[in-house]
Amino acid sequence: MNFLAAAPDLENISLLNASIVAVLGYGMVFAGLIVLMIVVTMLGKAFSAKNKKQNEAPAAPVAAPVVSAPAPVAPVVSDAAPGSAGQLKLYDTPPKTAAMIMAIVADKMGKPLNELRFISIKEVK
Amino acid sequence: MIDIGEVLLNLWNSSGFAALSSGFMDGGWQNLVMIVIACVLLYLGIVKQFEPLLMCGIAFGCLLTNLPNAGLYHDELWQAFMNPDSPAYHSYGAIMQNGGLLDIFYIGVKTSLYPCLIFMGVGAMTDFGPLLSNPKSLLLGAAAQLGVFAAFFGAVCLGFKGPEAASIGIIGGADGPTAIFLTTKLAPHLLGAIAVAAYSYMALIPLIQPPIMNLLSTPAQRRIKMVQTRKVSKAEKIIFPILVTAFVALLLPDTAALIGCLMFGNLAKETGLTDRLSDTMQNALMNIVTILLSTAVGATMVGTNFLTAQTLKIVVLGVVAFGLSTAGGMLGGLVMCKLTKGKVNPLIGSAGVSAVPMAARVSNTVGQKNNPSNFLLMHAMGPNVAGVIGSAIAAGFLLSVFG
Repeated sequence: MNFLAAAPDLENISLLNASIVAVLGYGMVFAGLIVLMIVVTMLGKAFSAKNKKQNEAPAAPVAAPVVSAPAPVAPVVSDAAPGSAGQLKLYDTPPKTAAMIMAIVADKMGKPLNELRFISIKEVK
Repeated sequence: MIDIGEVLLNLWNSSGFAALSSGFMDGGWQNLVMIVIACVLLYLGIVKQFEPLLMCGIAFGCLLTNLPNAGLYHDELWQAFMNPDSPAYHSYGAIMQNGGLLDIFYIGVKTSLYPCLIFMGVGAMTDFGPLLSNPKSLLLGAAAQLGVFAAFFGAVCLGFKGPEAASIGIIGGADGPTAIFLTTKLAPHLLGAIAVAAYSYMALIPLIQPPIMNLLSTPAQRRIKMVQTRKVSKAEKIIFPILVTAFVALLLPDTAALIGCLMFGNLAKETGLTDRLSDTMQNALMNIVTILLSTAVGATMVGTNFLTAQTLKIVVLGVVAFGLSTAGGMLGGLVMCKLTKGKVNPLIGSAGVSAVPMAARVSNTVGQKNNPSNFLLMHAMGPNVAGVIGSAIAAGFLLSVFG
């Protein structure tokens, strides 16, 4: 396959033809990846919709008994878990990042996480 | 009785030392210079740790091929292989019959076997999840191919022929196997210089990219924190390689081998049922092919081909290509930053050059220098793997035009 078969001489290509090839090539890469982006986006949306449906389906039957017979509030405990050293205060730090930081600190100190007490984590801006 | 003097004389005459000294002015000096260059490359690979897995092999191949009378690689055989008037034209039989060890290694480069197998291993090691969770990353992978086409144009301006210029331009894709794949097909006599330039600059990415990234963005832009992207399902990850292979190979059939191997490797990883295959691709196969590929590429660095003004031009054009690809990705990132009203950190654009995962790490490092709590690595991996696909498409296009 030769896109520029009509071009006079690609071996000793002229500057004009070289610029055309360069622009066309860059455009081709963009076009290819844009189409791929659209396809991947559609694929992602299709899977997100499917997952949403799957998540909604089992939720419905469970929801009904909860409404008719509300569970006692007692089990929702605000106390710390057994062995806990209290609550950790997070300032501008998402819980996932905090978990990662705590794991890194424990690893670096060579101590198990349950032997360390973190009082607060604050993002340094 | 054996004439000991004659035996010693014959031994001397058949030695490489005699060949070096007697033919010093007739090309022997080039062998010596190339041996020094091989030692410099070994120094860069071992001491400076420039892509050591490949650089050591390339340097050692260069050393072996420039030892006179060793007969490991025969450039004249490959010239005959490429000459339509020669009886050995396209005859692998002639190579097998008359070639040395490195000639036989080189058959795998010539047939594009090694770059494709390397791509298979790369696919098995790549997680396309960040790309699937943020498909717009593909645009950054495209934008970062600017250097490929700018360097191609620059090479034509410097007097290179079309196919040579295309091979030089692909250095900007920052993808070693793709550069070797295209150069073997379009300009095999430049393979040594292009491979060395491509792998050296890939090793220098942490030095080349940050100044360009800082120049093209403001500190406020570099501090932008990006929100976490969605989780990608396993089914999506399995469908993706099949989809990309079909689409890209239909668009540019010349890339079918590269993209096919890349995506087959990825499919083997994502199915979860072919762990043995995936493990072999990532480790044993990758290592074996790296040995064969690097020594074979190094073997092409014979003095007559390498010690030319063209090599210097390739070295300069290579760094220009890398710089412009980084700039292209950054500009793409800046456009996305504007369009999303500051939700995209433009630094992830520079990862669009496909040196995986080095370029993504550089984006993360530069981001953290401006905001220590900023983790851009996973966001930058999207453009990074998109760059692999982008550079394969660019190579396919150039091969379609000049092949």
